[in-house]
Amino acid sequence: MDGLFFLIQTLNGIQYGLLLFLIASGLSIVFGIMGVINLAHGSFYMVGAYLAYSLTQWTGSLPLALILGIPMTIALGFVIERLFIIHLYHRDHLQQVLLTFGLILIFNELQQVIWGGDPLAVPVPELLRGSVPLSDTLSYPVYRLFLSAVCLVLAGVMYFVIGHTRLGMRIRAGAANRQMVEALGINVRLLYSVVFAIGVALASVAGMLAAPVETVYPGMGEQVLIVCFVVVVIGGIGSIRGAFIGAIAIGLADVYGQVFLPDIASVAIYGLMAAILLWRPAGLFGRDA
Amino acid sequence: MTVLPSKRVLVLLALFAAALALVPLSGDKYWIKLVTRMMVLGIFAMSLDFIVGFTGLVSFGHAAFFGFSAYMLHLVSSEEEAVNLIWALPACLAATGVLAAVVGALSVRTRGIYFIMVTLAFAQMVFYFFHDSDIAGGSDGAFIYFPPALMMGEWMALDLGDRNALYLFCLGSLVALYAFLVVLLRSPFGQVIQGIKVNEHRMRALGYNTYRYKWMAFVIAGVVGGYAGFLFGCIDGFVPPELLSWRESGLGLVMVTLGGIGTLFGPVFGAFALLGVEELLRDRHLFGALAEHWQMMLGAFVIAVVLFMSNGIGGQVMRIVRRPGEEEPS
Repeated sequence: MDGLFFLIQTLNGIQYGLLLFLIASGLSIVFGIMGVINLAHGSFYMVGAYLAYSLTQWTGSLPLALILGIPMTIALGFVIERLFIIHLYHRDHLQQVLLTFGLILIFNELQQVIWGGDPLAVPVPELLRGSVPLSDTLSYPVYRLFLSAVCLVLAGVMYFVIGHTRLGMRIRAGAANRQMVEALGINVRLLYSVVFAIGVALASVAGMLAAPVETVYPGMGEQVLIVCFVVVVIGGIGSIRGAFIGAIAIGLADVYGQVFLPDIASVAIYGLMAAILLWRPAGLFGRDA
Repeated sequence: MTVLPSKRVLVLLALFAAALALVPLSGDKYWIKLVTRMMVLGIFAMSLDFIVGFTGLVSFGHAAFFGFSAYMLHLVSSEEEAVNLIWALPACLAATGVLAAVVGALSVRTRGIYFIMVTLAFAQMVFYFFHDSDIAGGSDGAFIYFPPALMMGEWMALDLGDRNALYLFCLGSLVALYAFLVVLLRSPFGQVIQGIKVNEHRMRALGYNTYRYKWMAFVIAGVVGGYAGFLFGCIDGFVPPELLSWRESGLGLVMVTLGGIGTLFGPVFGAFALLGVEELLRDRHLFGALAEHWQMMLGAFVIAVVLFMSNGIGGQVMRIVRRPGEEEPS
């Protein structure tokens, strides 16, 4: 009984952590390669969740919503990059923070205009509606297992793309030395657009997948953005591996915090961050100490 | 390092302060309250400029100190009578100072983008602490039934519950804190922190413990920000947890940029301008149905400020009123 309880909590923690990883990795790559701190990253998570809601309403199925939604979010990423982010490459952090802060205000208000302020629910697809019985009283929902599996597959794909393809080589080179990549004649403009769009798509996919598990509500983007900052700070900026470990650690800390210290659960993850900063100010896998 | 603006700018600032002193004569409640809010947020923006513009640390969690101090005022206030300003203000500032000392000790260890994220995360921690616990009203916010008053024995010298008294106290505080920060920035301490902004490696090579200087600057900014929060709590007698939120920190940075980063007086104008723009955007007569979605226009305004006004109001003022032949301020 006790063992099963911990199994369920651990599965929940890992599932939340994997979801955070999808969002945080985009945030981390965009900063690592383009040198841009993007506060609006959480808004793309929100956009994903609301798109999942509307497209599921329209098509009647979450998988179809995903297939339709992903190209839309990639397109959104390209547009935002070309219209706004492009002005930020040679500016300081303060201006990046402010411009993307302005974007959040706009996204939040657009969300109010289009979808209104009430929380919305997205149904779990019928195939995945069951649950795995663990004992007489406890069971675990299949959709959450599916969610974790999809995130793991995406993490694997990212690992492969970054480690073993030409695009990944350029991404790594860009993170290591931007000027040199430019000097070698690689189309940095295009690389930046692609990287940003990938980041947007990852955050939106996370939002779409999370929609049936968590309610879709206004302000969900900021909530997740700040947790992702904690993940990135713990893992080290620009490090995918760091983002992965940081995300799982935060996922578990959050879930166990709610079990053991329900009164201050929302403070627990920041305590973890403070402890890690005391030990390593640039995060676990950060380079700049 | 020209912290003290030219004589012409100083004259302009003095005229502005004198004009502000006349507002209570209008007797218009709405205007008095609005300008009080502008002055209080002006102090807040000024304290943020101290850490961002002069020390070079972009703090994205400054609202934590602003809101924390307002909450402290709630905790020291009683429901029966006004608390004495003479100990309530120092108590709130001391508590805020302790918070800033702890947050600063951890955040100042990091730099650049980490600093931004870490200060944001700590501010968020303070936000959740007040939002989720029932120490001070939770998500409903906390009330201050009687704003503090300055008591000399039995004699009430100053009642911050009185609209005009509060207005003048805020104006006096704004002027005094501006003078205080200018003096501080011209002192050896101030020269060191500005040196750190320009080249931290060199300052360290000169033998300065840059960590400790940055930490002290962070605490000073936090306490002055807390002073503003204390006054803000007096305006409506209401402290919502949103006062601590990242949105408030972000708007602080907008005020600093809009006003002119690193000019100290500029961010005060930035606060006036931003609140003024907010009032305009919410005006139904001007924008009709769009006024309901003023946040969207505010977002567009913020983006426009970043893209087209990087010198800010303060920079413009210094350029316009400079004497012929005087060096262009950089």
